[in-house]
Amino acid sequence: MTTRIDKTFARLRAANQSGFVAYIMGGDPSHAASLELMKALPDAGVDIIELGMPFTDPAADGPVIELAGLRALKSGTTVRSVLDMATDFRKDNDDTPIILMGYANPIHHMGYAEFAAAAKDSGVDGAIIVDLPPEEDGELRAAFDQHDLALIRLATPTTDDARLPTVVAGTKGFVYYVSVAGITGAAKGENAAISDAVNRIRTASGLPVVVGFGIKTPEQSAQVAAHADAVVVGSAIVEAFHKNGKDAALALVKNLSAAAQVNRP
Amino acid sequence: MTNYPDENGRFGSFGGRYVAETLMPPILALESAYKEARKDPSFWAEFDNFAQHYVGRPSPLYFAERLTEYGKGAKIYLKREDLNHTGAHKINNVLGQLLLAKRMGKKRIIAETGAGQHGVATATMAARLGMDCIVFMGAVDIERQKPNVFRMKLLGAEVRSVTSGTSTLKDAMNDALRDWVTHASETFYCIGTVAGPAPYPEMVREFQSIIGREAKAQILKAENRLPDAVVACIGGGSNAMGIFHEFIEDKNVRLIGVEAAGRGVDTDEHAASLTGGAPGILHGNRTYLLQDEHGQINDAHSISAGLDYPGIGPEHSYLHEIGRAEYVSCTDNEAVNAFQLCTKLEGIIPALESAHALPRTLDLAKELGGDGLIIMNMSGRGDKDVNTIAGLMGVEI
Ligand SMILES: Cc1ncc(COP(=O)(O)O)c(C=O)c1O
Repeated sequence: MTTRIDKTFARLRAANQSGFVAYIMGGDPSHAASLELMKALPDAGVDIIELGMPFTDPAADGPVIELAGLRALKSGTTVRSVLDMATDFRKDNDDTPIILMGYANPIHHMGYAEFAAAAKDSGVDGAIIVDLPPEEDGELRAAFDQHDLALIRLATPTTDDARLPTVVAGTKGFVYYVSVAGITGAAKGENAAISDAVNRIRTASGLPVVVGFGIKTPEQSAQVAAHADAVVVGSAIVEAFHKNGKDAALALVKNLSAAAQVNRP
Repeated sequence: MTNYPDENGRFGSFGGRYVAETLMPPILALESAYKEARKDPSFWAEFDNFAQHYVGRPSPLYFAERLTEYGKGAKIYLKREDLNHTGAHKINNVLGQLLLAKRMGKKRIIAETGAGQHGVATATMAARLGMDCIVFMGAVDIERQKPNVFRMKLLGAEVRSVTSGTSTLKDAMNDALRDWVTHASETFYCIGTVAGPAPYPEMVREFQSIIGREAKAQILKAENRLPDAVVACIGGGSNAMGIFHEFIEDKNVRLIGVEAAGRGVDTDEHAASLTGGAPGILHGNRTYLLQDEHGQINDAHSISAGLDYPGIGPEHSYLHEIGRAEYVSCTDNEAVNAFQLCTKLEGIIPALESAHALPRTLDLAKELGGDGLIIMNMSGRGDKDVNTIAGLMGVEI
């Protein structure tokens, strides 16, 4: 079966374009408001949606996403309610891949097998679990494999040649390159280093490589798109939505995605 | 001795390395540096030299005659970690880690702290070894442990106030991890207890196990036999692991950990992860955690900042599950009373953390009777807590 992720990258490749990935926090500031934003993302040029599952202790995130998570928790968001957003979204969109993003404890608490089954049921395509490195993700990966879901691995500037094979072994869908050694919302990495890393990871994995962390402006989006199969923006969108509302967030998304989706050299 | 953790840092199903990929290479590098150092006699020669002349080891094993009389039962000995330089057991671990940092060529040291004891110990060793030191401390803890905050600053450390989450120890650890992820190549993260990703639980245990090795030799000398029980308070569990480790294979020695029950383990204001928590994943390890039905971390509460943590080191989770150690708890009120009792009877002002172990030690003394023999780990001294106690007594100082 061809997955939504594979179809998306095939479409982008055929058009000779890079893609655009938007991260939003599920349930921030409320279930209804974040769902409305989510539903509007594809028309604003988003190729893949990363849907955040909030956690009380997001040690890999900067303040923007941490605070978004705390707002989401305050509004009663749970793993199940984020999955409900996906279910709702799928009622009128069967194309845009949804990748969940979050931390291990809430899904460990639910049980990996149950989480995988529920994610599949709600039309989710994959997940990135930040604090499950390859050494610890075997159990969740097995559960995901049963449902043909992609457990996306992260590669980082500290992933050297010795470690890269461990990171890409058994990956599916795409590899997410974290372009700076740091937390979300940090400064962007150097373009030359990004280009190098993307090539290395693409060769090692045979998969598309999306690049995120630190990208905030259309200019940066375009720079990274020159090297990456897709560009991810999170904190900037979350911040725009929080401070200025849905229309402002979507306007930013339109600019970022248009900048990313220029034809590749 | 014990053949765990395994090569993946597992104590049974607990432990492991649950960190962002960015931290995996630095953690694996730390692990290999640690494995090399522990086999190197010159590393231990330097450790022993500092332990003796700088920390003041061995710490005495003191027969607490008046507490024993008061308890009307077993003989109570106190292992006097409160007499260490900087006033707690924390320096044993810091000594080991910063010597390792020196070996690895890292000059920027970061640490998290709750009561400030680990922060003070880290700032102290960093000053001694000429290293830069940044201590992450929750804003709430900065308020309740002012003397230690000032001590850290005097020692040349930068104290970063952490206002994320609940502004206590767990948030300080989140921020330390965030800093480490950002500055991994030049930074050594000196974790203050037997928690965190592998190799920390094992490494901190090894550096703290000097407590139990000394205590065993000392009690054999004083009483010509092993104790019936060893009792210690538990925040993350390092003073407890430090004194337990040497006795793990001595199956007749009961190992008893005392968690902070705050306002009671049947309320939602406590810090007793084993008594009131469930297995989960936080700060790099799988262990018992205080969490809600959705797997979100609950706030811990304890009057003692050093115990105010919603998790516990993974080896304790394992010892709990296999039944090798027993875990009980002590409320804020009991600890405050024990603080005053110990001060009046023995002339020893205990840390509020250590005071948690005393009520359960006295219970046990009664249970064991006059032939019994108990060692309680006096993990630290209470100078830092006199403001808190004065406040509770309505006294202005
Ligand atoms: C004196 C003292 N005892 C105990 C603790 C608790 O830590 P652990 O359980 O790691 O020994 C602390 C922590 O700050 C402390 O300062």
